[in-house]
Amino acid sequence: MAFFKNIHHPKWKQYLISILLVFLISTTCFLLNEYIGNKTVALIFLVMVSFIALTFDILPVLLTATLSALIWNFFFIPPLFTFHINSAEDILMFFVYFAIAVVNAGFTFKIRKEEIKAREKEEKLKSIKLYNTLINCLSHELKTPISTIMASVDTMMEQEDKLSADVQKELLSEINTASIRLNRQVENLLNMNRLESGFLKLKFIWSDINELIFTVIQKLEPLKNEHSIIYKPSDELPLCKIDEGLIEQVLYNLVHNAIIYTPEGTTITIKFSVHDSHCKIIVSDNGPGIPKDELDHVFKKFYRVTGSKSGGTGLGLSIVKGFVSAHNGTVTVENLPKGCQFIVRIPCETSYINQLNNE
Amino acid sequence: MNKYEVLIIDDEPQIGKLLRIILENNDFKVTLATSGKEGILLAANHSPDLIILDLGLPDISGHSVLKELRFWFTKSIIILSVQNSEEDIIQALDNGASDYLVKPFKTGELLARIRSSIRRNNHEDNQKVITCRELQIDFIARTIKKNGEVLKLTTTEYGLMALFFKNEGKVLTHQHILHEIWGVGFQNETQYLRVYIAQLRKKIEDNPDHPIYIVTESRVGYRFI
Repeated sequence: MAFFKNIHHPKWKQYLISILLVFLISTTCFLLNEYIGNKTVALIFLVMVSFIALTFDILPVLLTATLSALIWNFFFIPPLFTFHINSAEDILMFFVYFAIAVVNAGFTFKIRKEEIKAREKEEKLKSIKLYNTLINCLSHELKTPISTIMASVDTMMEQEDKLSADVQKELLSEINTASIRLNRQVENLLNMNRLESGFLKLKFIWSDINELIFTVIQKLEPLKNEHSIIYKPSDELPLCKIDEGLIEQVLYNLVHNAIIYTPEGTTITIKFSVHDSHCKIIVSDNGPGIPKDELDHVFKKFYRVTGSKSGGTGLGLSIVKGFVSAHNGTVTVENLPKGCQFIVRIPCETSYINQLNNE
Repeated sequence: MNKYEVLIIDDEPQIGKLLRIILENNDFKVTLATSGKEGILLAANHSPDLIILDLGLPDISGHSVLKELRFWFTKSIIILSVQNSEEDIIQALDNGASDYLVKPFKTGELLARIRSSIRRNNHEDNQKVITCRELQIDFIARTIKKNGEVLKLTTTEYGLMALFFKNEGKVLTHQHILHEIWGVGFQNETQYLRVYIAQLRKKIEDNPDHPIYIVTESRVGYRFI
């Protein structure tokens, strides 16, 4: 079935190609008619109609069949250059040719229709499956923090007098962590929706990437626990024209990802450099790395590396990919001898006005 | 001392209740409006010291309420909204909002913004000297001192600092700063601003990479605290 092409040409193009093909083949055959004879020409025409039927709609195919039948009659069946046919054999040939061409076209068209139906059904099933995965992931990711919040609050309301101050503090801290997680999940969903709805409009402004990186590091300070985040800024860097909000989110998700999926105490390193026409951000860690056969999948929506601990959303990296792609950039991941690194490349304008001589 | 009165315009009863608890607990007097029209009416009747305004209201949009209030209400209006797109934030600031806080918010941050907004309400416009922790500006001598020592600043750098001091605690959009310092036509030349802010931070901050005076408000602008 895969033999049938999926490409769909616009209607006028189909007619044009059909007509051109008929003329091209008839001219060629006409020149060679002496050597091949008019019955072979009919076969060649039939093959052409069959091929057109594989990709085109029914009407252009019928047109091709009719046109080629007429041309065959006019130019190839004696007496030449008339629509008149002398021998009964040729009349029979002419109608058989026309019938085979039309039936051929009809059958191919029917098969293609069936195939489209089957594909639609398959796609529907696939999207139902995806939808189910999505709902499962979502309810898990949303309900876990909600459960924590409800249970902690419940405990505090009902057993107030039994709880020591320390336990109360601990419960409050649990509620805090859960709310932050819940909020992040909703943010991710909104971002995903922005990406998929196609309403993402980029706002390019001159940005100081050094500053942006430090902002992200500062924002992640309360979440980084025992991780250390290293970034050595350079004074020589130009300003880059990017959408600051999106690139900040990209960097935030990459570093946050590293915080979640690497053991406490490991180091996360951010590097930034500017090349001819693009800037490059590298986020690397010295954690366990990513299983080789899963490297290709980590940017997929809701994909979680096997055995990874809970707390992630399965959306962070797909948002990274989406936002980077919106800049016409690329993001790749590779394993290091120890850990792994994400490389973001973003084509951008740069400005080297680093020192303004002021008045 | 009289209590400062805060008017909350928010249609979510939970948020209203929560804000009332937080604010009353911190010695503010609270009035609550649950629609834009009620909010405008209460603002006129009570003349509060500060208004906390939600953008998503049931009757008229918060942006319209803000515009209407700004015809006559001169004190601070803080926007508290779930809308976190920079278009919304910048539009609100352009329409005269004193500050902007996105839900979910941290109580400490909200209180800090409220206090600094109220402080700015009572600012005398003709103060000659303003001090902010280790920094001090003298508008007559046109100097800035850090720990008593005069900093070497260029004219533009001084202009930026003066603008920041006059708007202490308030977020200033890139466009606003560019317009104030460089004038009409420079609103989109953010690269100048970036360079000057980086230079200024080297002069006034202890650690320019982790600024505590000129703080970045991502996508929107800068805040001097």
